[in-house]
Amino acid sequence: MHIVDRRLNPGGKSLVNRQRFLRRAKAYVQQAVRDSLKDRSIKDLDKQGQITIQRDAIHEPTLHRAAQGGNRERVFPGNRDYMEGDRIKRPDGGAGAGSQAGQGDGNDDFQFALSREEFLDLFLDDLELPDLAKRRLIGGAVDGIRRAGYSTAGNPSNLSVPRTMQKALSRRLALRRPSSGDLKRIEEEIAEIEARAPPLPDDAVRLEALREERSHIIRRRNLIAYIDPVDLRYRRFETVPKPVAQAVMFCLMDVSGSMTEHMKDLAKRFFALLHLFLTRCYEHVEVVFIHHTDRAAEVDEQTFFYSTVTGGTLVSSALDKLMEVVKDRYRPDDWNIYVAQASDGDTMQSDNGRVVSLMQDDILPLCQYVAYLEVGREEFADVDMVGTTTGLWQAYAPVSEAHRNFVMRKVHHRREIYPVFRELFQRKGMAEKSG
Amino acid sequence: MTARLADAPLFTGSDWDFGLINRIHDAIEPIALQEMKLNIYPNQIEIISAEQMLDAYSSIGMPLFYKHWSFGKQFVTNEMMYRKGRRGLAYELVINSDPCINYLMQENSATMQTLVIAHAAFGHNHFFKNNYVFRQWTDAEGILDYLEFAKRYIAQCEERYGQLEVERVLDAAHALMNQGVHRYPRVRPRDLKSEAAREAERQAYRDRIYDDLWRTVPVGARADAVPSDARRAALGLPQENILYFLEKTGPRLHSWQREVLRIVRLISQYFYPQRQTKAMNEGCATYTHYRIMTTLHERGLLTDGAFMEFLQSHTNVVYQPTYDSGHFGGFNPYALGFGIMSDIERICLAPTEEDREWFGDIAGSGDPVEVLKDIWANYRDESFVSQYLSPHLIRHWRLFNIVDRTSESELRVDAIHDERGYRRIRRALAREYDIGRQEPDIQVVDVDLAGDRRLIVEHSVVDGVLLEASDATMVLQNLADLWGYEVALKEVDAETRKELKSHVGQPRSNWLR
Repeated sequence: MHIVDRRLNPGGKSLVNRQRFLRRAKAYVQQAVRDSLKDRSIKDLDKQGQITIQRDAIHEPTLHRAAQGGNRERVFPGNRDYMEGDRIKRPDGGAGAGSQAGQGDGNDDFQFALSREEFLDLFLDDLELPDLAKRRLIGGAVDGIRRAGYSTAGNPSNLSVPRTMQKALSRRLALRRPSSGDLKRIEEEIAEIEARAPPLPDDAVRLEALREERSHIIRRRNLIAYIDPVDLRYRRFETVPKPVAQAVMFCLMDVSGSMTEHMKDLAKRFFALLHLFLTRCYEHVEVVFIHHTDRAAEVDEQTFFYSTVTGGTLVSSALDKLMEVVKDRYRPDDWNIYVAQASDGDTMQSDNGRVVSLMQDDILPLCQYVAYLEVGREEFADVDMVGTTTGLWQAYAPVSEAHRNFVMRKVHHRREIYPVFRELFQRKGMAEKSG
Repeated sequence: MTARLADAPLFTGSDWDFGLINRIHDAIEPIALQEMKLNIYPNQIEIISAEQMLDAYSSIGMPLFYKHWSFGKQFVTNEMMYRKGRRGLAYELVINSDPCINYLMQENSATMQTLVIAHAAFGHNHFFKNNYVFRQWTDAEGILDYLEFAKRYIAQCEERYGQLEVERVLDAAHALMNQGVHRYPRVRPRDLKSEAAREAERQAYRDRIYDDLWRTVPVGARADAVPSDARRAALGLPQENILYFLEKTGPRLHSWQREVLRIVRLISQYFYPQRQTKAMNEGCATYTHYRIMTTLHERGLLTDGAFMEFLQSHTNVVYQPTYDSGHFGGFNPYALGFGIMSDIERICLAPTEEDREWFGDIAGSGDPVEVLKDIWANYRDESFVSQYLSPHLIRHWRLFNIVDRTSESELRVDAIHDERGYRRIRRALAREYDIGRQEPDIQVVDVDLAGDRRLIVEHSVVDGVLLEASDATMVLQNLADLWGYEVALKEVDAETRKELKSHVGQPRSNWLR
């Protein structure tokens, strides 16, 4: 008999099979993932979770006898009061006597758990950032190397000579190692005395003392090394992830009285999706929330979605604020800038000119992508289709015509959010638009 | 027994290390080999983590297997169940190979490790090596090498022909996996010498009965049936092993596709014995571990605490819920196997009048292990139940038999645990374990290779139970794809030969490339 410890063997033997299974059931899993959007709150949209798909989708058929029909016999344990010849009413489950528990899993749903990565992959599958943004991403994130002080051990090529000499010097000083100058001075004196003719009376004694001192110095210099292994210092390096691709996402929203809770909810969902998507593409994503009435302010998420402010509607104020924040904190050279604006489309006619010029001349050149989402009342879902467009929509329409990286969509119902989002980021979506 | 009492128990706590596993094994070995005289393959014990146990689960317990999505499906189900705490993992897994590989979970306590070594490394191991079904059908020495080959071969096919292409063939083959076994040992082709001798014998017989008068009898027009009979004989029809038939005869398969079918078929054949010896195999292992654990305890090698832990686990394993308990899911193979085997022990040692009448050959023989070893070697579940389910046990479990006839509006209690019912119950329960009755009898009966190449498959219907229709349609589609031409499946009543139902499958174009 011998014992083998397999615990250290690499696990994950089933990983390939698991991936194949997911590929096999992809269409169904994807549908399930998208459906699960409905049940999830925005915060844990990207958490790992359970997925339920129909068992049929991945059924493996075999030839086997049907569960019903025909003449059957079956033996059961635990008879209490049956006698031979007793009649029992046929249970509802059809033929086959008694309890069928534990066998009836035929039409169950098939449940399993997806990891966060798998979930997102399926969820955002076939979506991609518009071409324009992709160019910034080329190269991806690389691990940079950074100096991190000195160490006492290392590769000879990393030896730091100045630091080593510095250490050696201080050690020599501390241990009072005689310098070569000391030795030279004594040897000169000895030579001088020896060369003296005739010698002075105390020269012999003096010479004796000097010779002793010289041998002492030589011994000391031999004992205390000029450079000792303890002096060696090596340059130390460590790798750090270097965020080459970072993005900032601006969420702009009109919070004037005309925006209902329903509209805000729609906007929130859209923002959450965009944020999720950006996190997939960039290592580092920051979010800036700007809400506006006739004045704009940068706020935190909580305030952004849940506070109520009264006032008119001045879209340009938000755009001004955006430019201010960009100038302040996010150099366009270093950051990929995304803007998502949500509004019910109410605007002051007089403001439109300024809004359009701000958008066209200042903001669009800086940004990767600007999405304008017009949220409407749920009950007007059909009415608006007829063509009554809002002020802001009319103002933005020509901008959208002229610029590839500006898109606008209307959304009335929660269920339209995801399709609209997909439409915006679908592969080749931009190509069609520009073409 | 006191004379052989050990100085100290094998262990006191629940922790174990490799030294302890060795000592446990060495303590069990003499009990198993010298006292019970078991005959086993050399053991290899492997310690694995829960994660690895999940992996092993999803490849039918084998340490290596080719890749297929259905194993991934298994894996996600098991993983889900396990993570939710709805199902525990097995304490061990044992592979019918030489050397016999036993997987032990690292989470087991020292008592559990002792239990599973006794159970798997000695109980299952003995059964694998000695039972006739295994000896007839499986090659314990070659299985790991063969799986290695299968895995490599399928990986190579995937490289050469594409993953999807291979997957389609595997899917289709898996659907027919249960129809990919030889149920009876094949007649070996005779060597030429005995063939010649037989031919001479036939000639001599013909010479002896020759009567010139027969030459004058006019010959009727009955030549028609002969060619189709000859044709069937040439193809070895009827053939119950559909995968084998496809592999040898499929007109449009490439050679690699034939090899893939062969791999699936051989693996299916390897597991065929396990399907018909479930209760016996588990019963043998459970009886062995019970005996070994008890002996260890009697000799002071197990503390009372450890023995209590064992008993609790053992009782759970052999628990048989009654039909109305709400969680009845058929007979528990551990309970059935262990129950009958302990009963045989009782019959051997302390038989009653009734036992002497029913089991005259073994009653009071005094050596239950020898009797059991003979049974373990020469029976499978069906014959085991039909031979050794005793009236005592039928009363103990209060078994009753229910009959469901299509002609009657109600179910009928056909037999209960009384004098009139014992034999009927025993026969009925044995039939439930008869793989020949539980699995549909499906055979390839005819094909005209020179003509339309329509493959005719027949299900011989027993007791009027037809095939599950939706699955049958899907499998037939797979079969037609592999065959490349139309396939007809006829469900024919076994007794009256009346056709009850028929399905037709058409091959998908471009499926075979």
